[in-house]
Amino acid sequence: MGKEKTYLGVPVYRPRVAFFEFTSCEGCQLQILNREESLLDFLNLVEIVDFREAMTEGSDDYEIAFVEGCISRDDEVVRLQEIRQRAKVLVALGSCACFGGVNQLKNRFLDQGWVHRQVYGEYPIASLPVRSLADIVTVDVSIFGCPIKKEEVEKIVTNIALGKSIVHPKYPVCMECQANENICLFDLGEPCLGPVTRAGCDSWCPNNRAGCWGCRGPADDADPQRLKAIMVKHGFSLETIIDRLDCFGGFVRESARLRDELENVGQTGSVDPGGGI
Amino acid sequence: MLFKILPKSELAGLFAALSENDIIGPVHKGDNRAGTPLFDFARVTDFDTLRLDFTSTVHSAKRFVLPYRETLSTFRITKDSWEKQVDFNIERPFVLFGLHACDINALNKLDKVLMGSVYPTPYYAAKRRNMFIIGIDCIPLSSCFCRSMGTDTALTGFDLFLTDLGERYFVEIRSAKAFQFLKGLSLSDPADSDHDLYLDKNTAMNAAFVAHVETSDLTKILDLEFESPVWKDWGARCLSCGTCANVCPTCYCYGVEETVALDLSSARKEKQLHSCNLVDFAEVAGGHNFRPESASRLKYRYYHKHRGFVEAFEESLCVGCGRCGRSCLAEINVPDVIASIRHEEMVSDR
Ligand code: SF4
Ligand code: SF4
Ligand code: SF4
Ligand code: SF4
Ligand code: SF4
Repeated sequence: MGKEKTYLGVPVYRPRVAFFEFTSCEGCQLQILNREESLLDFLNLVEIVDFREAMTEGSDDYEIAFVEGCISRDDEVVRLQEIRQRAKVLVALGSCACFGGVNQLKNRFLDQGWVHRQVYGEYPIASLPVRSLADIVTVDVSIFGCPIKKEEVEKIVTNIALGKSIVHPKYPVCMECQANENICLFDLGEPCLGPVTRAGCDSWCPNNRAGCWGCRGPADDADPQRLKAIMVKHGFSLETIIDRLDCFGGFVRESARLRDELENVGQTGSVDPGGGI
Repeated sequence: MLFKILPKSELAGLFAALSENDIIGPVHKGDNRAGTPLFDFARVTDFDTLRLDFTSTVHSAKRFVLPYRETLSTFRITKDSWEKQVDFNIERPFVLFGLHACDINALNKLDKVLMGSVYPTPYYAAKRRNMFIIGIDCIPLSSCFCRSMGTDTALTGFDLFLTDLGERYFVEIRSAKAFQFLKGLSLSDPADSDHDLYLDKNTAMNAAFVAHVETSDLTKILDLEFESPVWKDWGARCLSCGTCANVCPTCYCYGVEETVALDLSSARKEKQLHSCNLVDFAEVAGGHNFRPESASRLKYRYYHKHRGFVEAFEESLCVGCGRCGRSCLAEINVPDVIASIRHEEMVSDR
């Protein structure tokens, strides 16, 4: 650390970086600390001024804020706004920060008072419906995934340091899944959100014979209605599709739409596969 | 061409003779939910796992000559300079043990683009030139239409071609190398009865075709039907997922990305196969996308395969293996798409 980094003779600016967490499992931050073999290189590239999970002292003087977690309390809203004011670049780290993550499942309950009593009993915590960072402040960079992949964070940090642009795959998980020559889970009789979910995880779940749950949110041009047609054709219920789409919060609009449809099915008794199939 | 007869029991001997190389062949990968076996190409070290009775493989053998991801070069970055290393990524020659005619023809087509052009691709050529190919006859699936594409017979592009006659193989020997490898085995000349069995096999193959693509005047019809509303219908079904290009033995499009290592001391240039159906295929610097709708992307897939390539090489870039249609979750397949463009009744049952 300390000595100035150069790349092809050009000094590389070492940005001051801070990590923050809101409502989350802190698993994404752990991912960053996890790969010890590259941790030192990471620290050479950025100057970490605040990282509660890894250090005791903190500073308010940072340029890039990596923010993990979703927003579920009033005080979190205020803190996030402060971070936004200080940071030049605000990075949403992981699915909770990007879409609300698993936590936003609680938004599905109509009676939030009941949820509160079940979880906290009489403990006086003012818990709000879960929101993503972008619901409250402007997010400059999103790093998707539950959890994130450290390699991806490292690549993004390298690109920031070298002034290169940050690009995510725009296509869905299927592209990576078939490049890994997996047998499609639909052929094996299991549902999968791969056709609508943004790639970048190298089809982590299908590689392990598990269907995708959409943790990276929607791919560009993703159309869950087309996926629904395929799911229905393969014999999966609307509930199964909705459960999957709901899990990480990346598809809230689509699952709400399907839930409306489900209510109509309750009345007419038939599912329209749609999508022309 | 030399025709010989090889007892089936001798094939393990051929396998052993070739086993100093990397042998790649069809293996059983599992069963689908209906209990139908699924096959794929893989490295084979044990002759008994080789399944020459395979129907088709889910993925083609493309990745052995055209990997989905390949490092093109690596860079060592010093204080103010860099050093480039290039590796064509081939350690040992390959043996492709058990390719159907369609897949042999697919490699022949790739050769035209990747080796026959002004700038041949050394990464491809290095692998392709170090390859020994054994063909095997097949019984088409209901979704196969190689016959329509003229690729149901392989005339070139193999060293040996086996036709299963029950107890023995009818062997076509095309290369001196193949003859060398067969030397120690008990070969005999085909008898009249073997010729009869060979013809029977051929008749059985021909009788099995269900799917069909009418290719007469297809380039012109595609031109005429450029604005056909049918493209919109297919586009509305397409998931823009790229599976069709990944499973296709002849799709070769790719993107290149450079990555600098976290410690800034090295970098790597990597190629990744892409697909014209993906949303960003025609997106250029500055963000403009020439084909933002899935319908136009799907259309261009068909125009490249069945029009552009035909005009350039007088043959189609589709060998009718049917993989894209079998793998497509939206059930989009070549026979149906072409039939719809020609205002014909759709024929295939996937
Ligand atoms: S398993 Fe999932 S990700 Fe893979 S091809 Fe099938 S639908 Fe796509
Ligand atoms: S396959 Fe889906 S759920 Fe699994 S890591 Fe990738 S995006 Fe997330
Ligand atoms: S045609 Fe089928 S396999 Fe190809 S991109 Fe569209 S949905 Fe995917
Ligand atoms: S387009 Fe489809 S049928 Fe034609 S060669 Fe490719 S995968 Fe096979
Ligand atoms: S343009 Fe499309 S159809 Fe043609 S080779 Fe590329 S991916 Fe395949």
